Amino acid sequence: MIDVDPSLVNWSRAQFALTAMYHWIFVPLTLGLSFLCAFYETIYLKTGNEQWKTITRFWMTLFGINFAIGVATGIILEFEFGTNWSNYSWMVGDIFGAPLAIEGLFAFFLEATFFAVMFFGWNRVSKGFHCFSTWMVAIGSNLSAVWILVANGWMQNPVGMAFNPETVRFEMENFATVVFNPVAVSKFTHTSTSGFLMGSLFVLTVSSWYLIKGRHIEMAKKSIVVASVFGLVASLFVAFTGDEAAYEVAQKQPMKLAAMEGLYKGERGAGIVAMGIVNSNKSPGDVQDAFLFEVKVPQVLSLLANREPGSFVPGIDDLVYGNVEEGVMGVNTMMEKGKLALADLASYKKAKREHNEMAATDALQRFDVNKEYLGYGYLDTPEEAVPSVPIVFNSFHIMAVLGSLFPVIFAAFLFYTLKGTVTEKRWLLPVGLISALLGLFAQQAGWVTAEVGRQPWAIQGLMPVKVATTNLSTTSVQVTFFMFAAVFTLLIIAEISIMLKQIAIGPEGH
Amino acid sequence: MIANLDYITLQQLWWVICSIVGALFLFLLFVQGGQTLLWQMAKTDTESAMIINSLGRKWEITFTTLVLFGGALFASFPKFYATSFGGAYWVWMLILFSFIIQAVSYEYRTKPANVWGAKTYELFLFINGSVGVLLIGAAVGTFYTGANFSLNEWNQVTWMYTLGGINLRGLEAAFSLFSLSLGLFLVFNARVLGALYLLSNLELTSVSAMEQRLRKAVWTNFLCALPFLLYVVVSILLMKGFHVDEAGVVSMVSFKYLFNLFALPHLLLLLLGGIGLVVLGVVGGAFKGSTRGIWPAGLGTVFVGLCVLCLPAFNSTAFYPSKFDLQSSLTIYNASSSQFTLTTMTYVALAIPFVLGYVAYLWKQMDAKKLTTEEALDHEAY
Ligand code: HDD
Ligand code: HEM
Ligand code: HEM
Repeated sequence: MIDVDPSLVNWSRAQFALTAMYHWIFVPLTLGLSFLCAFYETIYLKTGNEQWKTITRFWMTLFGINFAIGVATGIILEFEFGTNWSNYSWMVGDIFGAPLAIEGLFAFFLEATFFAVMFFGWNRVSKGFHCFSTWMVAIGSNLSAVWILVANGWMQNPVGMAFNPETVRFEMENFATVVFNPVAVSKFTHTSTSGFLMGSLFVLTVSSWYLIKGRHIEMAKKSIVVASVFGLVASLFVAFTGDEAAYEVAQKQPMKLAAMEGLYKGERGAGIVAMGIVNSNKSPGDVQDAFLFEVKVPQVLSLLANREPGSFVPGIDDLVYGNVEEGVMGVNTMMEKGKLALADLASYKKAKREHNEMAATDALQRFDVNKEYLGYGYLDTPEEAVPSVPIVFNSFHIMAVLGSLFPVIFAAFLFYTLKGTVTEKRWLLPVGLISALLGLFAQQAGWVTAEVGRQPWAIQGLMPVKVATTNLSTTSVQVTFFMFAAVFTLLIIAEISIMLKQIAIGPEGH
Repeated sequence: MIANLDYITLQQLWWVICSIVGALFLFLLFVQGGQTLLWQMAKTDTESAMIINSLGRKWEITFTTLVLFGGALFASFPKFYATSFGGAYWVWMLILFSFIIQAVSYEYRTKPANVWGAKTYELFLFINGSVGVLLIGAAVGTFYTGANFSLNEWNQVTWMYTLGGINLRGLEAAFSLFSLSLGLFLVFNARVLGALYLLSNLELTSVSAMEQRLRKAVWTNFLCALPFLLYVVVSILLMKGFHVDEAGVVSMVSFKYLFNLFALPHLLLLLLGGIGLVVLGVVGGAFKGSTRGIWPAGLGTVFVGLCVLCLPAFNSTAFYPSKFDLQSSLTIYNASSSQFTLTTMTYVALAIPFVLGYVAYLWKQMDAKKLTTEEALDHEAY
């Protein structure tokens, strides 16, 4: 019915992953730095102290360098749904297209128009209006996060829609349900605060470098104070909303949660793995140990997943093969239902073509019974429903460990800067220096957790990635993959070089 | 009121909205046109800086309009989005690459330590303005000539054009005389608009030599655009078109678009009025010393664009026809989103005038003073 070429799927995935991960290097920095610029400029407006203006303009310059490449990497994502995931676009465009269009209309225009004022309007508009424009850029950036995460949240937890057998696609039924999807809400809060965190870490990195070099000390300290307050608050929110995100995952995507924790055998009062090395030879259903080494904190996973310490958390084996006692339906059973649904859908279409209304109604009734398992009908084996456990486990743990570290870093910087001794803390400054890099790792790890953990689904439970692709030759995708890899790498080399040069020049160059 | 609109009205409304965004984009391509003029018009570093900084304050708007155009099509005509972008893969990929390299070029061109050198970024801008615009024209051309796809029962697209065993995935449009002409017309028209925009935006007294070059460029590029425009218009009037009957069966009908023009006289008015306005802008800019030619010429481009995008969509016509398999052709009725989504999106679209309003307001604020040499050479400038 729908033939798939596995190598094509994998190259399409690789290309999307490549371009999305490039985009995500720059986006969080935009989200955070735009607000920091707005803070600095507001202080300037309130105090009239020219030094704050110098600070604002310095960070704005770095913001602009980052922003340009963020835009360059974004446009391709918007169109890749059509070019590489056209079957996906057709099947769900009715729902998924709307947030993308709204993002363009509400967010990108706000950013794009006020961006010009922010950079070139210093002598063309009033001070107050200029500051307003800077705020608009920040708000516009964060609005774009809202809409794209509504879209992404919908892929993780498809709500507010129904399958239309007539058109053979999913159609929207309730817009508010799509927008206020709990997964979208938790994604937005977690992602935007992680962006604020990222912007603050970046300010720490650059400022620490100045302090180590003994240059621009006043400016660096002033920048640090604002950034570490913002970063501290943001990092606490990140941890809090991260917990919320994990809860949503447990409720909506139990397989992803099991992979995040390397949990094969579900249990009551499940513990969380604080540290561990995953046994990468392990497969679902076999008797091998899941970990080569692990440190577990009892009860916590149950608490995190269900808000109840003694509750049952299903493991990968339970989800794949079912667990009758705990009432978990296995992928194997869902596949049978899904295959029935696909067969009934095909008979429905055939009866329609032959104008056999009786047979059509009949097939539709049978289809309705199993339609929620439609996506499972495309799987070949139950084990296919399991994402890569080592990747998901490791990326999740990298993020969470770093996430616990950041509040400490911000608190230390804030404390010693206010005390006036930060320049003497020779142990702290190197930590500050690498902090942006750590933030970037956490950011990328977060998306890898979210997206690799979602495999094999493009839309959770409804559409596996292998049926989402465009019918292309693998060679075409390979060629564009390497074109992207080359172009983005060349651009990023330039970006980093320009950025470093501007930092070396410093704020007085303005 | 919006809640009561029937499905067909919504589908037509959304094609018009998408066409307006598309037509505005064609006008905003003055940025791309200006980019291709850079090396020809600017003989000194100061002149280059003036051009780059003038265009550099607008490129984001053009870019964002393209993004919005894609998003609006995705939301309202997902089957077209899937079929065209997935099918004509290579055309769209190359267009997008040309925009990727544009996006960094303004910001990085003169920054110290930019690794690849100013000339590379200028080349990026040139490629974007020439190849990018040409391919956009070629892609739009397939609304008239048809493309080589077929859709199966599950609406999956297969592209059917190979050359020497290689599937060209839409690039073949660049070899069709019609599509190529449309593309070249767009390139030259964008250059006309680019020159007119620069005349309106720059403080010309300090660069009077360049002013002369710009005025001459308005005229020469208009002369270059003319034959292609004529060829496109005459072809459209004479060609066979893709007619859809009541039952949805697609067939080829002679003089289809000519009949469409008679059936939709307001489109005819848009076309003639649009061309007239462009001529007005060109004459003013080239010979009368006007600095405001961009406005009539820009509006004229929007009018012509609207006509070109709406003509193949209305009056029982397939707007994205397949010449490989007529019955796979897309119409605004079989390619659209559901009634629910279109209704929801129509509420959203109420914000469009507001967005246009603040874009126009800020544009006016920022352009109230013309760009001077001092400002273009400021260390904060591009
Ligand atoms: C600086 C970045 C950063 C930091 C320190 C954290 N996160 Fe995070 N996390 C992200 C940046 C991020 C992200 C990149 O923004 C993700 C990717 C997808 C998403 O919604 O947000 C994400 C996703 C994500 C998910 C997957 C959501 C899904 O699949 O839908 C979970 C469960 C968590 N996070 C949980 C946490 C926890 C418990 C943290 C500990 C404090 C944490 N995150 C710190
Ligand atoms: C696959 C999903 C995504 C698509 C299709 C997409 C699309 C785009 C596009 C087209 C642009 C350029 C806009 C312009 O014209 O200025 C852009 C930039 C941007 N996007 Fe994305 N994006 C995606 C993921 C994300 C995510 C997840 C976020 C935030 C949470 C985000 C936030 C931004 C921001 C803040 C910008 C401004 C430029 C910058 O990055 O510095 N995007 N994106
Ligand atoms: C910007 C941050 C993002 C990153 C770093 C990211 C990362 C990834 C990765 C790594 C994959 C490949 C998964 C695999 O191969 O196993 C992927 C796939 C995908 N992501 Fe994301 N993603 C991001 C944002 C988004 C957003 C916001 C959306 C939706 C609007 C989205 C939609 C998709 C789609 C459609 C695929 C292809 C199907 C698939 O392989 O699952 N991504 N992404």
